[in-house]
Amino acid sequence: MSSITIALIVITLTIYSIRLLPFVFLKKPIKNRWFRSFLYYVPYVTLSLMTFPSIIHATGNLAGGLLAFVIGLVVAYCTENLFAVAICCCLISLLCNYFLI
Amino acid sequence: MSDKRNDNLRAFSTGLKDGIPIALGYFAVSFALGIAAKNIGMNAIQSFFMSLGMVASAGEFAAITLISASAGIIEMIATSLIINLRYFLMSCSMTQKLSQKTSFFHRFLIAYCMTDEIFALSVSVDGFLNPFFTYGIACISVSGWCLGTVLGVLVGNIIPNWIASSLGIAVYGMFIAIVIPAAKKDRFTALLILISMLSSWVFSLIPLLKDISSGFQIIILTIIIAGIAAFIKPVDSSEES
Repeated sequence: MSSITIALIVITLTIYSIRLLPFVFLKKPIKNRWFRSFLYYVPYVTLSLMTFPSIIHATGNLAGGLLAFVIGLVVAYCTENLFAVAICCCLISLLCNYFLI
Repeated sequence: MSDKRNDNLRAFSTGLKDGIPIALGYFAVSFALGIAAKNIGMNAIQSFFMSLGMVASAGEFAAITLISASAGIIEMIATSLIINLRYFLMSCSMTQKLSQKTSFFHRFLIAYCMTDEIFALSVSVDGFLNPFFTYGIACISVSGWCLGTVLGVLVGNIIPNWIASSLGIAVYGMFIAIVIPAAKKDRFTALLILISMLSSWVFSLIPLLKDISSGFQIIILTIIIAGIAAFIKPVDSSEES
């Protein structure tokens, strides 16, 4: 086996184990109210952390990223439609990258 | 029984449809990944299996760096653990969306699907999750992810960079579309979202803090913010379902 193959197997197993462990050990609903609330808030906090400010730097064009962020917020507020928001953001960054770079 | 099968089929096709923006974003990101993989001497087959097995953006970029540096096994495991530790938190959160009847088979499969984006969509459903919804999302988005990687290796120099990078923004658009409706429903969640965005912005500006790897920044801030939020406003069981 080449060293690349071995590395790929080792890293793949490591990443899968991280994802699998909670599913093996947390099979019952959690009783502790604080921990339950914590896990309830985790997705919103994580997603927000990952979105801003990364979205602004995502396209290699600050103005385009910022515009896509603002329009994305507005479209999300008005439509609550996942696909519409994603497509709007893509179109805006395509247009901005086309005209500004 | 056939009712249940219909439900599963419907969940699966909804997942396929909702996963399209993810696939689009994944395609763009993994395209860049493929170019990077090619640059360190990986071929299309190796990079295909890398993307199929790991399904992790930062995780795979780290893998490429580790391989090109001929890192030792211990270093590979340690680095991968740190960079991908946020999936641990997401999986913990996900376990609470599963009905207790969910079999081990499904738990093993869902674990594989826990990327930032597939997790985000799966956790946003009301009530318990039907695993087939997650499988639908995973089928289309992992296809986009693998296809992008392989094409990045094979034809990375053909598609102009500005087009590929413009598409990468799709996943952020999706994140926005998931948090905003929740913010509309509940003012406390809205405040939480605002605080989270501001604090990751502050982290990205302050020296020392901005040198922390992005995976760790997410873990630290998530634990602090969600931890305090759970203390200030614990949720009732009725609210969560």
